[in-house]
Amino acid sequence: MAVCIAVIAKENYPLYIRSVPTQNELKFHYTVHTSLDVVEEKISAVGKALGDQRELYLGLLYPTEDYKVYGYVTNSKVKFVIVVDSSNTSLRDNEIRSMFRKLHNSFTDVMCNPFHNPGDPIQSKAFDGIVSGMMVQTG
Amino acid sequence: MAGSQWELPPELCCRPMAFVALTGLDVVYNAVHRAIWDAFCANRRADRVPISFKVLPGDHEYPKCRTKRTSYEWYIPKGILKTSWMNKHLNLVPALVVLFYELDWDDPQWKEKQSECATKVEIVRTSLQGRNTKVAVVLIQKKTPLPPGEDLVASERASALCNACDLSGKSLFVLPHTDHLVGYIIRLENAFYEHAQTYYYTEIRRVKSHKEFLNKTTHQLLFVRHQFKIAFFSELKQDTQNTLYYTVYYKTAYSLVHELRAHETNMLEIKTMAGFINYKICRLCFQHNTPLDAIAQFRKHIDLCKKKIGSAELAFEHAAWMSKQFQSFGELFDEAIKLGLTAIQTQNPGFYYQQAACYSQDRKQLAQQLCYPSPDPLDTQSTGLDFYGQRPWRQGHQSIDPPDAEKEKTGILALQIKEKDVPHSELIIALLSNAVAQFKKYKCPRMKSHLMVQMGEEYYHAKDYTKAVKLLDYVMCDYRTERWWALLSAILSTALRCAYLMASVKDYIIYCMELQGRASTLKEEQKSRIEKNLMKVLLNEIPDPEPECDPSSVAAARLLWSDRMALVGSNEFTIEVQDYIPFIQCKAKFQSPSFHVDQPIQLQVLLKADCPHPVPFSKLAISLSNQEYNQWCVLESTGQDSMILSPGKTKCYNFNFVAKTEDVGKKIEVRGVFLMLGSDRGRCVFLSWRGAGGDAASTHEALQASRSSWRWVRGLEANQEPHWDSVSMQHSTMIISRVPKISVELNHQPPALCNEMYCLRLTVQSQEEGVAKDVRLTAGLKPGQDANLSQTTHVTLDGSVVCDDTAAALLPDIPLGDLKPGEKLEKCVYVKCVSTGLRVLLFHVAYSISTTVEGQHIICKCHKVNNVILWPVGFFFFFFGFFLFFQFEPLDRVAVDIPFLLMTDILSSSPWPLLLASSSLQLLTMTSNTKQPQSQLEQTVLQTGESASECFCLRCPPLTNSNNTVPTGQYLVSWRRQLSCSDAPLIHTTVTLPHVILESVPLYIYADLPSFGRVRESLPVRYHIENRTALVQEVEMAVEPSDAFMFSGLKQVRVRILPGSEQQMLYNYYPLMAGYQTLPQLSINLPRCSTTNAHSLRRFLPQRIFVKPQGRQLDDASIAAA
Repeated sequence: MAVCIAVIAKENYPLYIRSVPTQNELKFHYTVHTSLDVVEEKISAVGKALGDQRELYLGLLYPTEDYKVYGYVTNSKVKFVIVVDSSNTSLRDNEIRSMFRKLHNSFTDVMCNPFHNPGDPIQSKAFDGIVSGMMVQTG
Repeated sequence: MAGSQWELPPELCCRPMAFVALTGLDVVYNAVHRAIWDAFCANRRADRVPISFKVLPGDHEYPKCRTKRTSYEWYIPKGILKTSWMNKHLNLVPALVVLFYELDWDDPQWKEKQSECATKVEIVRTSLQGRNTKVAVVLIQKKTPLPPGEDLVASERASALCNACDLSGKSLFVLPHTDHLVGYIIRLENAFYEHAQTYYYTEIRRVKSHKEFLNKTTHQLLFVRHQFKIAFFSELKQDTQNTLYYTVYYKTAYSLVHELRAHETNMLEIKTMAGFINYKICRLCFQHNTPLDAIAQFRKHIDLCKKKIGSAELAFEHAAWMSKQFQSFGELFDEAIKLGLTAIQTQNPGFYYQQAACYSQDRKQLAQQLCYPSPDPLDTQSTGLDFYGQRPWRQGHQSIDPPDAEKEKTGILALQIKEKDVPHSELIIALLSNAVAQFKKYKCPRMKSHLMVQMGEEYYHAKDYTKAVKLLDYVMCDYRTERWWALLSAILSTALRCAYLMASVKDYIIYCMELQGRASTLKEEQKSRIEKNLMKVLLNEIPDPEPECDPSSVAAARLLWSDRMALVGSNEFTIEVQDYIPFIQCKAKFQSPSFHVDQPIQLQVLLKADCPHPVPFSKLAISLSNQEYNQWCVLESTGQDSMILSPGKTKCYNFNFVAKTEDVGKKIEVRGVFLMLGSDRGRCVFLSWRGAGGDAASTHEALQASRSSWRWVRGLEANQEPHWDSVSMQHSTMIISRVPKISVELNHQPPALCNEMYCLRLTVQSQEEGVAKDVRLTAGLKPGQDANLSQTTHVTLDGSVVCDDTAAALLPDIPLGDLKPGEKLEKCVYVKCVSTGLRVLLFHVAYSISTTVEGQHIICKCHKVNNVILWPVGFFFFFFGFFLFFQFEPLDRVAVDIPFLLMTDILSSSPWPLLLASSSLQLLTMTSNTKQPQSQLEQTVLQTGESASECFCLRCPPLTNSNNTVPTGQYLVSWRRQLSCSDAPLIHTTVTLPHVILESVPLYIYADLPSFGRVRESLPVRYHIENRTALVQEVEMAVEPSDAFMFSGLKQVRVRILPGSEQQMLYNYYPLMAGYQTLPQLSINLPRCSTTNAHSLRRFLPQRIFVKPQGRQLDDASIAAA
């Protein structure tokens, strides 16, 4: 299960970041932020080659000593980042993919809310719930 | 010395090369020897064999060889690898000793020399007692040797020498000291290399042979040691064929290391050895261009060793070791890249440096936790270690428990004390800056920023606040533009601590401002604390220390602050807040994008504070592009009570001023907004916004606000104050001239005709309340159109004559005098357009009037513009035709000296009736057949679509030159509009007539006949036949019978006509039928001149004639009676 889940706007500012409360929140902010380097690079590389038909799931962005960072980019260039503990070897690529899909669906629901202004931080209980379900349960 | 304990030994990091010792060379005094030595060691490129040479004296003492062990049964190894071993085999024990000796084959003292050489070899042999080191002899000779087999003396003496020295033939070499020294040396080198390989091969065999004596229980360490030695020797052997061999050996050694029983006491030794072997493997993998293997090996190594922390009291050692592992791998990686390897964004040395830095940070923390200042520093100057990775106080000890608990304790304590002196921050910063360089290279700007933040924090820990602030400032703006507020706030907090500890007032204020701002993610109470501190600074007091600051530094900071306080002056700061997100937001707007000069200009400034407590300010000033207006846009607090911004509330300040009349047509811009915090008594801080306010975040907020219609509606409902985000800035306004109160009308009758003097009647009427002074008219072609138009358009005020080409296209500033209220003024303007096509005419009426705005008396200039679009049309169409004189038959060519007709047609397409005053022909080559050709169109009026025709009879005189195309002349028409007044000038239009093609005819024939005939009345027809040639022409003529006519005359005749003379033929036709009748055909034949056929002659003759019916006198009378 994830230790940190983030949604990043097209312009690369955070729309939503949640991490497990036990650990240093700031560190996850940095991790997510630095992972955008790789995301940007991957997007630009794919953009040249295939145009529109690209895979939304970007796979493992980069491994750090302690965490694995996975990325996903929607067609509107909104980025999802999931950080998983390196020691958690039980998670397969498929499971990560399905997490992203769930996240994307929930994100779409948020965007469909007429009272939500796209580009504003996400404040949605439903989205919170979905994210909580994917996070490592502590305590 | 920092961290020197963790540095890898140089003998491990170098590339091992076979060691060959050269003896018997006197490189100092003997030039020949010197040259030989230089040839060996100079210019060692990659294509030469890998050997490291050393010159040693002949009696050099090589390291003693210990007596070989025959059994390992009772042997308990003390450690894995001796610290001296690698160096010994790299630099001390040669694989081959070469003895150089000067001896020619025909040396007179051969016997003596031979025995001396043998002695020298013996000396070398003795000092190498017990080693397998090879010995070779090189004879330096002055003469070039003969080809092998020819010099019998040489071969005989060579074998004698071999025997004397106990050498094999392969170990004796000859080096002729001649021109080709380098070539000989290279050959020698290769031979030495083979010997060295043999040596190392036997060494490997020797070490391998030990294996069978070992057992798994007591000799585990030896397994590792031997395997390492095998690998090292095979690396020395430099077997180019089996490069992967030694990688395999090292890998085996590596797995053997991890099979060792690990416990606290030998953990360091195991890790050290594992690190060494791992380094070797990774290095070789990179060398063999298999970087993925290197990375995989390294990952395995780290995974295996990560948890082997060892003694908890010395946990920092583990961190240091880990850091070193990452660092050295990063360096290997980096080196490989320099040699051509390509790295990628997600796999580059930067990550390893970063991780190394990370472990160094751990190390620092652990050191801070574990190392207390000790009153009893222990002397730790150890004299060096026997085995890699052992403790100095219990070397060679391999049991699980430390031999002496007390000694162990003091040892650990000593290490801890030593650790305290390590400049951790320096190490960390060095590693981080390495990583930064890498990430810069591999396009990871955010990773780079992150590392720079870490560097900044490290500088902060190292109390180098200036550098820390510099670094943090540098990256702050990246985080600001990317809108990562949480990270920005964290960085700002660190920077604020630095600024506090340095007592850097300006920085302190800036960071405070931003930390209270809307982008800060700090908690309300923290913001409140920061605001209080800021207020203290504004009052020139010492702010409270930041939490998490080291108490001793705080004390120092206090001193600094009080120094600052005492400093007189330099208490004014101007802060450009545009690039920050300050706690006061500002937006300035002109109420309208343009103001008329007779209206006051309204400027509104909105301010909003985001901090938790109300902020007082003492002055608000605005700087405009025209400085003269600035005085009207200042708001200053009077006396004690200062103006206050309440948290979260928007405050509006309105300014009105009157624009200057000179500024009409100019823009007024807000250059900046200044807000003064604090007062002159304490410190004052000017917040300065460039332009009309806004800061680093406001563009995005405005964009978001514009997207959200919902929020805007909510803003309207509240209605109390404008919703901040939906207020847009208006940073400039245009001053435009006063609205003119006059009417300008134009009367004209379009379309204009080409070339005519087109009249436009301008009527200006004043509706002003005062006198419009100095009315001026500018009329003509509007500037900025096609350049050709100004050549083909002419404007004049004088309509009585046709203006010529010199008339201008635009008449500027025609004075029309003053206009009293209600007065009316008329003016006619004439325009002549020479070409067709659209053009815009400009009528610009300007005047000045005095008026009063807000009690100020100003003279305004007003103007009104009327544009007219003219589309002059070509209205005449001319047609011309040439016709035969009688037959009105169109001619395509004109016969010389024969009269013909020119017909002109004028078709009018003008919507207005046109009066043609006259027309005339101006002939060039042609002559008129009539005496004085009169215009037939005089005073004709042409309506739209009507046409007027004229006919002229012309003749072309015979021409001398052979040109058969000649110009005809011009046709001139004078005209004007019929409806225009009679004194309007006539316009002359000239058209060039088409050219004609001339032909000459040999025979001209024409007929004299009446215009009509009458049935049964005689119709005399006379045919004239002229010979135009210089020859006598024979003509055959015949009249063909016709149903409509009877005739009398010669039916068929053959006549001769002299040159230039004429023959007449008279016929009497007698018409039989009424109506148009074809005349009897006259067929003419010229037997002598076959080029002219009958048909071309016949066209000169009339073909038909109208025959009237027979007159009836009686009937006519009866009709008249009826």
